[in-house]
Amino acid sequence: MKIIKATGLLLFVFGFIVFNISFFQASYTLTPELVKEKISEPAKTALFLQKAESILNQNIPSNFAFVAKVKAAFYSANDQQIKQYSITTAEVNLLVSLHREKFSIATVDSVFSSKDAISVFKNQALKTYGSWLDGQPFDTQEELKAQILGVAEKIQKYGIVNHVGFDRYQIKDLTYALTKSAAHSPVKRKPGLYLFLSFGLCILGALLYILPKLEDPSGIKNNGIFFNVMKNVGWLGMLTGTWLIVFYILLYFFPEYMTNWIIMTDPISHWLNGNEASRFFLYGLMYTLCILVMGIRMLIHYRHSRYQMLRTCSVMFFQTAFAFLLPEILIRLNKPYFDFKNIWPLDYSFFFDSRLDQLTESGALGIFMIGWGIALILLAVPIMVYFFGKRWYCSWVCGCGGLAETLGDPYRQLSDKSVKAWKVERWMIHGVLVFAVVMTTGVLYTYFTKSSWFLFFDSYQLREIYGAFIGAGFAGVVGTGFYPMMGNRVWCRFGCPLAAYLGIVQRFKSRFRITTNGGQCISCGNCSTYCEMGIDVRWYAQRGQNIVRSSCVGCGVCSAVCPRGVLNLEVKNETGRFGNPVLIGNNHVKLVD
Amino acid sequence: MPDKLVVFSYSTLVAMQHIVIIGNGVSGTTAARHIRKRSNHRITVVSSETTHFYSRTALMYIFMGHMQYENTKPYEDSFWKKNKIELVSDHVEKVDAPGSSLQLRSGSTIAYDILIIASGSTSNKFGWPGEDTKGVQGLYGYPDLQLMETNTKGIQHAVIVGGGLIGIEMAEMLYSRNISVTLLAREPEFWSNVLPLQDANLISRHIRSHNIDLRLETELTEIRADETGKVNAVVTNKGEIINCQFVGLTTGVSPNIAFLRDSGIETNRGILVNEYLQTNIPNVYALGDCVERTYDLPGRRNIEQVWYTGRMMGEVVAQTICGEKTKYEPGPWFNSAKFFDIEYQTYGNVGKDLAPDEEDFYWEDQSGLKAIHFVWNRNSNEFVGINAFGIRLRHACFDQWLREKKDIQFVVDHLDDANFNPEFFPRYETEVGTAIATKFGAV
Ligand SMILES: Cc1cc2nc3c(=O)[nH]c(=O)nc-3n(C[C@H](O)[C@H](O)[C@H](O)COP(=O)(O)OP(=O)(O)OC[C@H]3O[C@@H](n4cnc5c(N)ncnc54)[C@H](O)[C@@H]3O)c2cc1C
Ligand code: SF4
Repeated sequence: MKIIKATGLLLFVFGFIVFNISFFQASYTLTPELVKEKISEPAKTALFLQKAESILNQNIPSNFAFVAKVKAAFYSANDQQIKQYSITTAEVNLLVSLHREKFSIATVDSVFSSKDAISVFKNQALKTYGSWLDGQPFDTQEELKAQILGVAEKIQKYGIVNHVGFDRYQIKDLTYALTKSAAHSPVKRKPGLYLFLSFGLCILGALLYILPKLEDPSGIKNNGIFFNVMKNVGWLGMLTGTWLIVFYILLYFFPEYMTNWIIMTDPISHWLNGNEASRFFLYGLMYTLCILVMGIRMLIHYRHSRYQMLRTCSVMFFQTAFAFLLPEILIRLNKPYFDFKNIWPLDYSFFFDSRLDQLTESGALGIFMIGWGIALILLAVPIMVYFFGKRWYCSWVCGCGGLAETLGDPYRQLSDKSVKAWKVERWMIHGVLVFAVVMTTGVLYTYFTKSSWFLFFDSYQLREIYGAFIGAGFAGVVGTGFYPMMGNRVWCRFGCPLAAYLGIVQRFKSRFRITTNGGQCISCGNCSTYCEMGIDVRWYAQRGQNIVRSSCVGCGVCSAVCPRGVLNLEVKNETGRFGNPVLIGNNHVKLVD
Repeated sequence: MPDKLVVFSYSTLVAMQHIVIIGNGVSGTTAARHIRKRSNHRITVVSSETTHFYSRTALMYIFMGHMQYENTKPYEDSFWKKNKIELVSDHVEKVDAPGSSLQLRSGSTIAYDILIIASGSTSNKFGWPGEDTKGVQGLYGYPDLQLMETNTKGIQHAVIVGGGLIGIEMAEMLYSRNISVTLLAREPEFWSNVLPLQDANLISRHIRSHNIDLRLETELTEIRADETGKVNAVVTNKGEIINCQFVGLTTGVSPNIAFLRDSGIETNRGILVNEYLQTNIPNVYALGDCVERTYDLPGRRNIEQVWYTGRMMGEVVAQTICGEKTKYEPGPWFNSAKFFDIEYQTYGNVGKDLAPDEEDFYWEDQSGLKAIHFVWNRNSNEFVGINAFGIRLRHACFDQWLREKKDIQFVVDHLDDANFNPEFFPRYETEVGTAIATKFGAV
């Protein structure tokens, strides 16, 4: 058994090293054909080719160098366009000189009358960006000049890169696309082999490492957790956390560097949905595999508890079927991507115009999807929470919860149990909920009115901020990257707006509670220690009080680790749910409260 | 987790007094908390083991790496100040009862209006040859745990003497660190001085399934040391010599009262108290492990060294001191423990032997990991008690049924209501009901 375990560890480490090495393993050759294929507009293609000339058909041996050069080419293209297409001071002066007291936009035609591309662009741009100036009176020439210069500056900043150059989204997407297709690497030649050597060996190794646990007697086996360098913020835990943080930052903000990893999963993506893999395909695949493999660990770990086993099977199922496979199949069938178990506001982009448009254009199925999504928010959440508690979602269905309960399980003891942390938690999570609601209201306002300005903010800007800071930064980088430092539910506890919503319902209108068993508590602290949500369960148990907390995700681990059988997750009549603290034992003692 | 208790009712507010408590274990702490809830008295807790209250019952989990010391503290460190409970980290050398003051090891004295002694227990030793050898120790407090950490570094084999609750905890602790264990017990089955034989046998089998070398009806006669003075073997009454590098002495505990010698406070095996937990000196009370009751309570021993007793006594004494004189009258007996992976709960009185007018029924699951043992009165059919292994039962149900003197049939019929196992766990009620009906007809 020891040998099997050691072999497993070895295979896993080997697979992991292969995976990491493959990150650096490609070299890159950019060809004109590739550029033409990826940049569809001929004018821009030509511009880019001219700027990227020095790297064309060259072999560049590292992703960092390649990405830097491609980006430099884009920037230099933009610089050139800005130089050529900017409205000059002389032109502004000329324009100003044509006016007395009142501005008229029509005069633009007389200044920019030639038919060459630059003149046409300037003409158009001034009319678009300066339309508000039309008919405006002015007192002095200086005043008018300042206003026109302002318009010219806007054009320089946005108009030129948007229309004749490359805006930042385009640069991002194109850099990624070019890097991925320009790569030639052992991974690209044999993606299947590398997939096996990294993913395959990691999975095999992990399973070999986990399976021998079946030899131990079943029961709570938390032995050595606090001596473990992985599980008690030791060097290995810190290293793992750092790796995860870097991974998430690459994934969300710099995917162009991780193209080799994405290429590795191309064969699976082709097989599933017919397209090449995207970064989120890679992520989804890794995510699902983590839940499955660590889910098996969970099943073995808790094989004495049917509650834990069913719950684990449930998250494994929902991740694999609903979050991973079904959306891919929908894409294969030319239907919109849809995760039927994701609920707004966790799914914060549900009401984004792009998604609503896509769904409304997809016929009956699309309309059904919109209806389904709204029904989840308005009906499923309150009804299911009323009958089962928020656990029906958070620890049985949700993807974030699924990862936390499987990959994150070894870190549950790291959550902060202090009263202070509880205070911070309440402010933060409800703050994010408010943020999500305001952002979405703005988005819907924009959707229906076509005006991006809502109350005091620009709804496009706000959704971008939400996406970067909450969607990617909090949920991903912090939420998962900090597993080994702050426990496995950082996001669910401090950030998830859906958890906040579910929690409000659970706190005020639900049949769910954790019952304390009479006077049996010995204040040992196992329950609080292993509460991933940082609830000081013992505080309630030792005073004989039921636990009714909005944050409780009902994972049931407090009940499982309690050595005295004190805690039980129950759904019962609402009356008496909160209960007075009663510690059974004494006659004639009234507990004051 | 409201972190403040503050609620003291001014109606019961008497003149502010200085209440000093010796011992910050569960007994002393419960008393302090409840006095604070009910009054504005000045409260000082003097204790020498640890600065803050921690859960003694969780000691094993620190050694096993399930928790750290910090996790075993039931209240945050800020709790005490918030609730105006002064903590003094010092050892009481002497109690001057006539002068109402305490002599501390640091040299200072503390004067009190009311003294509550909650000094707990100390591990028993029986004068075995070699019992003070290096590597031989008991397990009662945090210092013992730290010593055990040192004593077990790099060792291969340990012998534990005493088949009780602390003994099996120690076995599990060592097992978790891959140290092989021989467990010596005087009784024919593990803990059969408390449990009926079938129950004790179930536990014996379970212990052995963890590769613990359980030697029953075996007693320690001598502990041997090597030339460096470290333990290297024990000798048993059967003449066996067992090589080992560690010996755990877990043969029970006794009230910790040595420091009360010559204080004028009456003691026997423990501090003698009346129904109000008052000693012979009117302004001195005693609670918890260190107490010996001078009056009998049916179904209860006069010295009860369990967590719950200390807690309940703390609740009672707080009420008395805050002006509502209350007798210590615990309800039906209950207790719990865990033997490796088998949880144990008991309600009512299941003795190791049946009383002449008692009948019993033992049911064991095929796995050998679950069992229930019922005891009732043969003549009246009144339900007397239950032991459950690997099954969680609802305390509130059994407390009520015992108080209402329900008959055994009622209990068997309502086992469902008392099921406290997590959702989806296999049910056992029908099987148990059928088995008992098969044997007794309708009981
Ligand atoms: C390893 C272990 C496991 C246990 N498990 C269980 C269990 O599962 N269930 C159960 O019901 N019971 C269990 N018990 C028993 C239970 O812990 C005790 O009954 C309970 O802790 C007694 O509480 P107490 O407050 O009376 O005394 P203690 O907890 O002993 O507290 C007394 C404190 O007073 C201090 N003190 C004593 N004298 C002085 C002095 N002169 N000056 C200053 N300070 C002093 C001591 O150092 C000690 O810290 C266990 C005991 C042990 C040792
Ligand atoms: S784990 Fe159980 S016995 Fe320990 S503190 Fe929590 S409820 Fe009490």
